[in-house]
Amino acid sequence: MSVGDRTEKIMKLSKIKEILDAEVLTGADMLETDVDSAFGSDLMSDVLAFVNDRVLLLTGLVNPQVVRTAEMMDISAIVFVRGKQPDENVIALAEAKGIAILTTAHTMYVACGRLYNEGLTGDEKEV
Amino acid sequence: MAELMKLHYEVNGDDFTRAGETSSKVKKTLNQLGFNPEVVRKVAIAMYEGEINMVIHADGGEIDVAIAPEKITVVMKDVGPGIPDLDMAMTEGFSTADHSVRELGFGAGMGLPNMKKYSDGLNIETELGKGTTVTLEFNA
Ligand SMILES: Nc1ncnc2c1ncn2[C@@H]1O[C@H](COP(=O)(O)OP(=O)(O)O)[C@@H](O)[C@H]1O
Ligand SMILES: [Mg+2]
Repeated sequence: MSVGDRTEKIMKLSKIKEILDAEVLTGADMLETDVDSAFGSDLMSDVLAFVNDRVLLLTGLVNPQVVRTAEMMDISAIVFVRGKQPDENVIALAEAKGIAILTTAHTMYVACGRLYNEGLTGDEKEV
Repeated sequence: MAELMKLHYEVNGDDFTRAGETSSKVKKTLNQLGFNPEVVRKVAIAMYEGEINMVIHADGGEIDVAIAPEKITVVMKDVGPGIPDLDMAMTEGFSTADHSVRELGFGAGMGLPNMKKYSDGLNIETELGKGTTVTLEFNA
């Protein structure tokens, strides 16, 4: 793992919101939070196989286990792609856990591509 | 050695949406006790995979957590169907989970491998038709 070059790719949630034309469903007060890499997946066990703090999770799933997964991994923000809208209980759980939720109309591929293009890369270190 | 804290939980097997509540509680307790965040995260992830397994494969069960300054032990016991071939079950990607579980983001066959990866000790005792007891140990 390379710790040295991490600072270069730090991105604030406010910038991510802008790049993805996203709507903030909870965590509007967290937009100054930094992330330094992103991970896009609909497989929560794959998410759980990668440990990294300050990671942004992009997913097409909107069930409570996505928030639980983020909670276990200390992930501070989730982006739901393809315009998926979670139930109120999912938003409430995220709110209770201090996890920001954004939703974008872009598909997974386009959302990831836009962020990557702006400098937010992935951290492929496996534990 | 300082005091030992023991916690006991029942895990409801009918409600997948609530799976993870126990892991969440334990994570919170460990954080409050001041354990290293990296250790807490490992415990949370491994335990969460185990809790999910109890719900999707075994209709719930009981979890006992013993917390000592240098060691955290999590025992997850169910009276589910048991695991016919443990070596196979430990293989990355092997899963008997059905479509409904996969739609929710689990059932990729990474749970047991993740539990092994994040813990400092994994022991599984299983008997067909009787149940499975998974013990996870973590060095704090
Ligand atoms: N508590 C359990 N009771 C019965 N079978 C289990 C249990 N835990 C795991 N298994 C079996 O082991 C397989 C692999 O488990 P795991 O690696 O967690 O993958 P997944 O849960 O994604 O299927 C499961 O598909 C299931 O057949
Ligand atoms: Mg599993």
